[in-house]
Amino acid sequence: MTGITIAIASGKGGTGKTFISTNLFNSLQDSRLSIALVDCDAEAPNDREFLKGGVLQSSHAVNQKIPVIDKTKCTYCGKCDEYCNFNAIFFLKEPQTIEVLEDLCHGCGACSVACEHGAITEKDDLLGYVNRYRFSTGKELIEGRMEVGVLVSVGIIKESIKMAEPFDLVLLDSPPGTGCPFIQTVYKSDYVVLVTEPTPFGLSDLKQSVAILKEMGIPCGVIINRADMGTDDAQNYLKQENIPLLMSVPFDKEIAVAYSKGEMITNLSTEWKAKFNQLYHTIKEEFEKNKAK
Amino acid sequence: MELAIISGKGGTGKSSISAAFATLQKDIVLADCDVDAANLYLLFNPECDEEHVFISGHKAVMDEEKCINCGICIDYCRFDAIVENENGVSILETLCEGCLLCSRICPQGAITVEEEDRSRYYAGRFKNGRMVYGRLAPGEENTGKLVSKVREKAKEIAEKFGIEHIIIDGPPGIGCSAISAITGVDAVIVVTEPTVSGVHDLKRTLQLTQGFKLPTSVIINKFDINRELSSEIELYCNENGIKVISKLPFNPIVVEAMVHCSSITDYAPDSEISKLIKKAHADIFAGAR
Repeated sequence: MTGITIAIASGKGGTGKTFISTNLFNSLQDSRLSIALVDCDAEAPNDREFLKGGVLQSSHAVNQKIPVIDKTKCTYCGKCDEYCNFNAIFFLKEPQTIEVLEDLCHGCGACSVACEHGAITEKDDLLGYVNRYRFSTGKELIEGRMEVGVLVSVGIIKESIKMAEPFDLVLLDSPPGTGCPFIQTVYKSDYVVLVTEPTPFGLSDLKQSVAILKEMGIPCGVIINRADMGTDDAQNYLKQENIPLLMSVPFDKEIAVAYSKGEMITNLSTEWKAKFNQLYHTIKEEFEKNKAK
Repeated sequence: MELAIISGKGGTGKSSISAAFATLQKDIVLADCDVDAANLYLLFNPECDEEHVFISGHKAVMDEEKCINCGICIDYCRFDAIVENENGVSILETLCEGCLLCSRICPQGAITVEEEDRSRYYAGRFKNGRMVYGRLAPGEENTGKLVSKVREKAKEIAEKFGIEHIIIDGPPGIGCSAISAITGVDAVIVVTEPTVSGVHDLKRTLQLTQGFKLPTSVIINKFDINRELSSEIELYCNENGIKVISKLPFNPIVVEAMVHCSSITDYAPDSEISKLIKKAHADIFAGAR
């Protein structure tokens, strides 16, 4: 069997993505499979706070290309400005003004293609790093970490996932929301685990996530976290939509305290280790079921 | 005053505190800038007065009839959004950033441009004033720009109706949408929790607000889940000249209030947590004058 990619995501932040991802990864340390957990929440990467045992293997800088305009060569024709679809080139014909607005640049290279006078070269702009940590079991944590002040994490997420390609099983801890960082994380996944909480906010965001995954044709299942703190609306919604409930995690002060300290419930309790192990098998079964369809 | 409430980590209680602050005010403009997962309208059920289309960007569309599968566009695309498979060359909509370079270089003129126009923002009324909220269509880009639109609208409404204060409920993270939610505001509150991930994200968030030189204060939510880490947060804030304006205890009543579509201060006005939030609210707005 080659590479299965499972993303752990949620519309609403703070529902427990990292809790599920790190514990699922931790419960699989004895597995024969080669496994990587990728922390794709590059704006707020936290997996490392829980998985401290790994040894840093490499730290790979992720850059974006930014144009540099040589004003001695520029003829102020304005073609680069016309090509740029992100308003990242500030251009005036009279008085002759041209500047690159680096924050708006997506690094697409359109301006370089536009320029007929060889006035545009490119430089590297640091977005962040992909850090690789290896555990004694051979399993790896691959962490995307955006530099503070950088606007968009998508490039780092892409590089981080790329690094996990050789593994048998890849777990992706997704950033929250349903915007581009989320899409970049899930679009190549075989299965998405959505973590929610049984509140009106949780449910509203869950519905949004389910809708986009449906559109993308990616199967999903749901974990309800703090399942006893709220209403049954989420459960009813899952039944109605025929979406599998993969696991329910009740609110438990012991879990909350352990989490707050950066400890793993799968290390503290054999019962929870077994539950997370079971979770993996449930996900795998669901995934196989969908493949058979 | 324009006050932004943010947190690096999601789920620390931004929206609950924003909602409480908003309902402690007689007349407020509340701007829900978590455009990826806008939730406050669920709580307050505003009467909608305005709906606006937000063009989040463009996407390239391939005309299969005209495409001769030369693959030039694949070489030019830096976002790996164009692929060739057994069916020929096609564009992966989810990866397309809308730079339109492919449409410019295609020798066949086979690639055209469409606007991404499924996102919206709204303005309306709720019991404590006015509300502006954005909803980014799933997968669409430019959250930062939509956040700016929501803020612009909020300012316009505040001016029009002579409302003094704007409260911004910000998005999680520290990327473009969070940056758009805080640039130029009068005050920022960062809501954190005493967990290792909360602390890690708090530090990154404070680095950001300090980078923008924004007056920032911190609320530690659920401080009693881990008192040791709470003290550590206080120490860190003290050392960096940031005021911790409140420490709120963990209380399931906060979730209960949300389930009843109410702010905590409306739902349980006499609870200890509501009293603490009222005090934090008074401190922040007293400082504004």
